[in-house]
Amino acid sequence: MTLWWAIAALCAGCYALKLAGLAAPRKVLDHPAVRRFAELVPVALLAALVAVQVFTERGELVLDPARTAGLSAVVVALLLRAPFLAVLATGAVITALVRALLG
Amino acid sequence: MEQTTHRSAAVRDGLGVGLAVGLSGVAFGAAAVTAGLSVPQACVLSLLSFTGASQFALTGAVGAGGDLVAATLGALLLGGRNTLYGLRLADLLRPRGPRRLLAAHGVIDETTAVALAQPSPEAARTGFVVTFTTLYATWNLTTLAGAYGTSFLGDPGLLGLDVVGPAAFLAILWPRLAGSAELRLLAAAAVVIALCATPFVAPGIPVLLSAAAVLVVLVR
Repeated sequence: MTLWWAIAALCAGCYALKLAGLAAPRKVLDHPAVRRFAELVPVALLAALVAVQVFTERGELVLDPARTAGLSAVVVALLLRAPFLAVLATGAVITALVRALLG
Repeated sequence: MEQTTHRSAAVRDGLGVGLAVGLSGVAFGAAAVTAGLSVPQACVLSLLSFTGASQFALTGAVGAGGDLVAATLGALLLGGRNTLYGLRLADLLRPRGPRRLLAAHGVIDETTAVALAQPSPEAARTGFVVTFTTLYATWNLTTLAGAYGTSFLGDPGLLGLDVVGPAAFLAILWPRLAGSAELRLLAAAAVVIALCATPFVAPGIPVLLSAAAVLVVLVR
């Protein structure tokens, strides 16, 4: 599968998922198990994505000092209730600084 | 009179959220090009998939050298929450025919949050339309700017842009984690599963496996 095919599949799939919700029969919505599953799955996936993107490289566990510092700075920014873009900027700047300092 | 006040509050909410979140399209454009996507590929994702977490997930997996099928499935699984938003919005917006086809494209975290925060169905509809329009325009323009700008940099890692995707995920998660010990347990379990699986399976698969953490919480 080339990257363009993956992009096409994702675009079509994302649209179908959105439309399915708007067009679905009410019964589905009212099922408690459906609601609960839908509330929990994104939390698990997003948490896993953070860990994988920061602490792994090409299928190996890696402790990169710059990325680790950047993620720690992000946590501090979030604890200080910084706005969304400020959180992202803090992460990028600290990562870049540590990377530059460690050469 | 009250109706008008509600609707102008909805317009204000929509513009505020649309502009603020839309600006982070710069981060997506930068992350996409950093991961090895071309500028047109980044822009097509923003135009046609238009759901930030899934877009970041696909590019993140591509950047990590992951299997494309697993990467796409992981991104789609994240897009599954929009289905639930759609279920909730269907009652509120009651779109019909061609308008429903258009409205569907706008069913994402931010538009749902603004629509559900309004006091009346009319204001909810206004909030949805204003957030969708503002966010769509801003997100796509800033994706182009971020992707194009980054394509001129030699090594985007030098600017720390590889942390922007994870930072965005954590920021999206944060309010939910802060409010619930159960969700913190779930997130921790998902992290452990994904990291433990990493040395043994193809890149992209660990994130899918982490969904099993939901079972840990459900059976507890």
